Amino acid sequence: MYVLIAGGGKVGANVTRSLLRQNHEVTIIEQRPDRFRVLEEEFDYRVQRGDATELHVLERAGIGRPPDLVLAVTGDDEDNIVICEIARKRYFAPKVIARVNDPRNQTHFDLLGVAPTVCATSSIMALIEHEVPESDIIRLLQLRDDELEIVEVPIGADSPSSGKRIEQLKMPDGTRLISVAREGRSEIATGSTKLEVGDRVLAILQPGCEDELRRVLLKH
Amino acid sequence: MKAIIIGCGRTGSSVARHLHDAGWEVVVVDEDEEVLSNLGARWAGRFIVGHGLDIDMLVESGIESADAVVVSTDGDNTNIVIGLIAQRRFHVERVVVRVLDPARAAFFAERGLHTVCPTSIAIGALTEAALVSETVSTEGASI
Repeated sequence: MYVLIAGGGKVGANVTRSLLRQNHEVTIIEQRPDRFRVLEEEFDYRVQRGDATELHVLERAGIGRPPDLVLAVTGDDEDNIVICEIARKRYFAPKVIARVNDPRNQTHFDLLGVAPTVCATSSIMALIEHEVPESDIIRLLQLRDDELEIVEVPIGADSPSSGKRIEQLKMPDGTRLISVAREGRSEIATGSTKLEVGDRVLAILQPGCEDELRRVLLKH
Repeated sequence: MKAIIIGCGRTGSSVARHLHDAGWEVVVVDEDEEVLSNLGARWAGRFIVGHGLDIDMLVESGIESADAVVVSTDGDNTNIVIGLIAQRRFHVERVVVRVLDPARAAFFAERGLHTVCPTSIAIGALTEAALVSETVSTEGASI
């Protein structure tokens, strides 16, 4: 696979290294002269110097082939959006992945259809939610294209659903329970599954159904 | 008529003053409070300190009811993204964006964004001026 990487910071350099180890072909673009020299020592001809939002720089790096994958991982969100727009709409790159530096900009990536995106801050926040035991519904995965979300719900002693079978619960529209994890083992949720204190329930839901799911499973 | 001007450097501040003189309600946005002075001591319009990608700030500026948005910060890609947001999120009818790089200006113009490229304008004007002076001097020689 041919991968074009825009941005040679820590993320770009580490991804380049990993892809090369897997025998993929990689070109990486870096603008800053001092950083470029460091990268060139390690990656040799695979590094191109320049502004990855300029068409001639992208073309010199082989965007016209086009690459199987374009990664926009510069430290600037506007640059990453523009790189993805150019890669997809002008050079018909089949796949792009963009880095979101400031989570507040996520909404702009979504609005312009730049996906998938990776945001370190958001990932860390999701982990914090997961690791803090008191937190209620934990967002595990957003399926952006399908507008669905997978969440984990810990069943506590005061949860109205504890001690009940799933078929006894009035599950709100737009939500469905997937599985129940108990003492290190997971089982697919069926109508006869009885929820117990300490269970961790996986659910899939449409956006906006979180409050209703919380009401049925957690609130009293 | 109401305009939001994002970026208050030499260009943005002058556009703001022209529109204001033409009787428009003008709101100017810039990250840097210092550039307020570019609007002149007698500036009577609004000035908001903020980043053009901050949705709350854009709403506060009144973008939802704006007739025109002019984007002229010092970053091409920032201008392009702000312009696209004004168009697609806030459905502003007239969005004009300054893009210094002719290639990017042309590409986003093809995709429906009204870009103005000072570089292309300068290239055209300079070339034309050079050609005119050549004609003038040739004519001068023939007389």
